[in-house]
Amino acid sequence: MIELTINGKRQSVDVAPDTPLLWVLRDSLGMTGTKYGCGMALCGACTVHLDGDAIRSCSTPVSAASGKKITTIEGLSADGSHKLQQAWVAEQVPQCGYCQSGQIMQAAALLSKTPKPSDAEIDAAMAGNVCRCGTYQRIRAAIHRAAEA
Amino acid sequence: MAILTQVSRREFLKVTAVTGAGLTLAVSVQGCGPRGEGEAATASGPPVFLPNAFVRVAEDGSVTVVAKHLEMGQGSYTGLATLVAEELDADWSKVRVEGAPADASKYNNTLFGPVQATGGSSAMANSYQQHRVAGATARAMLVAAAAAQWGVDAAGLTTEKGVVTNPATGKRLGYGQLAKAAAALPVPENVPLKDPASFRLIGRSAPRLDAKAKSTGKAVFTQDFTLPGMVTAVVAHPPRFGATVRSFDATAAKAVPGVKDVVQIPTGVAVLADGFWAALKGREALTVEWDESKAFRGSTPELFAQYRTLAAKPGLVARKDGNAAANLGRGKAVEAVYEVPFLAHACMEPMNCVVQLSADKCEIWNGEQFQTPDQMAVAALTGLKPEQVSITMLFAGGSFGRRANPKCDYVLEAVSIAKAIQGRAPVKMVWTREDDTRAGWFRPMYVHNVKASVDGAGKVGAWQHRVVGQSIMKGSPFEGFIQKGIDPTSVEGVTDTGYGIPHFQVELHPIDLPVPIQWWRSVGHTHTAFVMETMMDELAAAAGQDPVAFREAHLGNAPRHLGVLKLAAEKAGWGTPLPDGRARGIAVHQSFGSFVAEVAEVSLENGKPKVHRVVAAVDCGLAINPDNITMQVQSAVAYGLSALLTGDITLKDGVVEQANFDTYPVLRITDLPVVEVHILPSTEPPTGIGEPGTPPLAPAVANALFHLTGKRVRKLPVGV
Repeated sequence: MIELTINGKRQSVDVAPDTPLLWVLRDSLGMTGTKYGCGMALCGACTVHLDGDAIRSCSTPVSAASGKKITTIEGLSADGSHKLQQAWVAEQVPQCGYCQSGQIMQAAALLSKTPKPSDAEIDAAMAGNVCRCGTYQRIRAAIHRAAEA
Repeated sequence: MAILTQVSRREFLKVTAVTGAGLTLAVSVQGCGPRGEGEAATASGPPVFLPNAFVRVAEDGSVTVVAKHLEMGQGSYTGLATLVAEELDADWSKVRVEGAPADASKYNNTLFGPVQATGGSSAMANSYQQHRVAGATARAMLVAAAAAQWGVDAAGLTTEKGVVTNPATGKRLGYGQLAKAAAALPVPENVPLKDPASFRLIGRSAPRLDAKAKSTGKAVFTQDFTLPGMVTAVVAHPPRFGATVRSFDATAAKAVPGVKDVVQIPTGVAVLADGFWAALKGREALTVEWDESKAFRGSTPELFAQYRTLAAKPGLVARKDGNAAANLGRGKAVEAVYEVPFLAHACMEPMNCVVQLSADKCEIWNGEQFQTPDQMAVAALTGLKPEQVSITMLFAGGSFGRRANPKCDYVLEAVSIAKAIQGRAPVKMVWTREDDTRAGWFRPMYVHNVKASVDGAGKVGAWQHRVVGQSIMKGSPFEGFIQKGIDPTSVEGVTDTGYGIPHFQVELHPIDLPVPIQWWRSVGHTHTAFVMETMMDELAAAAGQDPVAFREAHLGNAPRHLGVLKLAAEKAGWGTPLPDGRARGIAVHQSFGSFVAEVAEVSLENGKPKVHRVVAAVDCGLAINPDNITMQVQSAVAYGLSALLTGDITLKDGVVEQANFDTYPVLRITDLPVVEVHILPSTEPPTGIGEPGTPPLAPAVANALFHLTGKRVRKLPVGV
């Protein structure tokens, strides 16, 4: 059994230690807000926080997450009221929406370290998160909006 | 699929007859069974008022709009709800949307005849009247219920934000309070619609109804859907198109913890397991021997060489005005050969599908874009009747056409797995990113050969245009659209050009190739706009004219092209100075009934194109949701730019050389220009917006690159 702390809650899962955290979240625990996009840390759809840092859960073995604080989109706020989530709605960012959990988690990690990022800092932090709907312009606007909130 | 918006229903019926569909015609909104449908309780209470197939009102006042079109990002759910809510005078904060079931008798795309499907940027165009009638009919019944309760004439009552008011008395009743009484009333016919001048939602950018669910991880995609006892299937596919399974050894795969079963299906070998990771590990442990005796072993360079050879020879004539060949010699002639590659859709959500099969039904949960063809194909595979195939439409993590597959490929693969295990468990089939990229169903590769000339007056006198490439329609449910060998989607955007050219000839060489292909955001316009608009730019240069003025001179009979061309040029500051090292390019194109012009500002960074700004002008008829139009054009520009810069699927000895985002790179935030969108006010009926922003992007950037470097772009992508 592997012990995990996810969104402040202790959980134990019976999986092979090399199982990526993504599939533990999605298939073992039914937390489907974190998405599968590439499986190779190339698109960022699976982004969660490990001790506050944005990581790609598709390429992180669950064993590496044990003993650390895991935060997923489900735990970013209790009711969708995180300032980034509000900004995402206000700027009408999501289209298909599939990548947006990962985008928001990546942006949340950015703001926790850089509360007022410039465009260049946003681009540098968000370059690993792909959006095929091309919502990047609104992602940038929403991050600025949240930074001002 | 632009052509689908241009054919009569009768023609479409003929086409669908090919597929053996025994379908009933769509019923009018008024004719839909008034009660007893869609009884499923909503989260906000049981619906009590179901005036038609598109709207329900619950006692708590919530309004549920039943959406017949897939929400894949393009805003269809919000748009459809806007149409209903406008005429219903609903309270937007109480409007919800749910996906319609597969039932073409109620939810057909009226532009596709008796077929339920999403595509061709047609959601608003085919629903505009129908959904307003649905809303207006429901409103009339709620008002009648209030009138009866108050004992007054319905004509004197008003509605706003989900409330009926009697201005004479000040009395008010909410729709929820009236729902039960309204449900008992007859469904009226010929209810008048609002004068557009009194619209409160249409034209006002109603916010997306799915924004919060998609910002909190709560939106349910196929990837997220689960059923009790469900197994996950990962499929080993052959390395080349046309190869099949010769034999396989599942011993090691079955030894992987969590693997439940390994079964052969027509398209490969499926590993079924508890969850994705075990299934993937099982597939890695699987040994499959492939029979490649019939496999396709072509390579991209040879294919382009063959296409170029054909492009030099006459093809099937798709349009002929005057005598192009005889007039090409008059004035300055320009000749160019263009090459565009195969492209993958690369949706963020790789293809997947959930299936539960039993003796008398097949239930499917899917980001469903092609209900009627999928229903029929699944019925044929399972031996069930189409009506025994139920489909629940979930959100799709992108599609760009991919989930409306002409052969229902991934849906049939999922059902084949369920069939192979005799329906013993519900199955979620999940493709990896690599599976998705290598499966084919690409935008076809094409070669164009164009010869054109400008006369002494600076006008294009003759234009001869040959297109070489695979037919998207062939072998699809739309094969009937191919007339005399011409697939209209291969030449759309050329044959229907807005430019007035006296001697104009378009020819096509249809190619048979066992590489699966299909429509990709804006279909034929993906390549024809690039060729038409870069050639027009080249001709403008040959005539020594400004690219905007030159186009204007040829658009005398195309006022809507002209309108967006002028607006884009004005807003982009066409003709005003730019910083050193930057240049502008322009393009204008009509697709799916909408007109878009784009101006791109481009520079070179480390020898690679960098697009800084795109100014778009759009005429898509009446703007139902201006902010969504802006969003879709921003998205379409990004999608087109991604293809222009790096989109390139290549084959080597029949093997697709790309697999994941490392080998098939897509546009990232660092590459995105500022995209400004200007909407031309219009009272024309609304037309599409999901696709029409894509076609002008590539030629606008290519033309800017020419003005920057003096070199013409005739082969895509440009950035690799």
